[in-house]
Amino acid sequence: MTTGSETHGSPPMEIRGAVQAGIPIFIGYFPAAVAFGILAKGCSTSLLEAFMFSAVVFAGASQFIALNLLMTGMGPGGIILTTLLVNFRHFLMSAYLSTRLRNLARKTYFLLAFGVTDEVFSVLSFHKKALTPRFVFFLELSAWSGWVSGTVCGYVLGGFLPDILTQSMGVALYALLLAILMPALKTSRVTVFLAVLSAVLNTLLIWLDLFPAGWTIIVCILVVAFAGAMLTPGKKEVTCE
Amino acid sequence: MNDTLIPLILGMAAVTYIPRLLPFLLLNRLRIPHKVNAFLKAIPVAAIGALIVPGVLTATPDMPAAALAGMGFTLIYGMFRGGIIVPVLGAVGISWLMLALAG
Repeated sequence: MTTGSETHGSPPMEIRGAVQAGIPIFIGYFPAAVAFGILAKGCSTSLLEAFMFSAVVFAGASQFIALNLLMTGMGPGGIILTTLLVNFRHFLMSAYLSTRLRNLARKTYFLLAFGVTDEVFSVLSFHKKALTPRFVFFLELSAWSGWVSGTVCGYVLGGFLPDILTQSMGVALYALLLAILMPALKTSRVTVFLAVLSAVLNTLLIWLDLFPAGWTIIVCILVVAFAGAMLTPGKKEVTCE
Repeated sequence: MNDTLIPLILGMAAVTYIPRLLPFLLLNRLRIPHKVNAFLKAIPVAAIGALIVPGVLTATPDMPAAALAGMGFTLIYGMFRGGIIVPVLGAVGISWLMLALAG
């Protein structure tokens, strides 16, 4: 939302800021990844495979779905297609982030694109300062560390977290998203309207069960962002350079 | 399952990574029309509502009210103060408390 241009601290300060911003994501990812590790072991994958799932796919919901489909005996083609559908929403998230990360070296995009998850995208979206590759990278690394370390802990240690703690830590991700949105909600009625519209539409679409997993949210983003573009007074922003 | 899952995992990684990467490569140096830019700028708000609801209703499956109470804290705290860590940890703490008291 904000395309601020406040000055940045020194590189160490910037890394510290990114890791701090990543702590809530870590807290939310870790217990979910522990659950994934436990489930993966239950599906008789090897530790290396469980690790690889989280380390190279790095997309929560689709990994759980893949395990479920494996157990039903679905072949790799079907699982990969499902993964594409479930994770395609990140295409829209990267499209937004590309407006905040312009004119970087190609290889920088290859690196930073890997870590675009729902939560990383959300934190970056409402980060007030201009985004730098260093900040984005270390935020993604914090999130990735939580996901991968949780997976390995879950696989090796099993259900070592009390169930109540796992459940309550799961709330962290939703609280994070709400906390990120609060400043915009307080200052703009249009934002309140759009956020509520998105929530209601998503609930309705899931209830109607018309779309494959992952696509209700794509429909929500397309419809609500279109409404947002119509409702936002057209200030002539210069988007190039 | 005797076969290795590594090829499947790499396939999943590819179809996850490519949609994350393509927009950066496509839009990076393109001059974006004003209307498209307004659309792109509205994506975060459009996404977050749907990312929270209805998922939050099943965040604490044993007791949905626990997650909602946590979110209530985040909402009320956010009306008066800024920041992320306190509203997030507070939400976790309140959810935990409610689950612990009920359990």
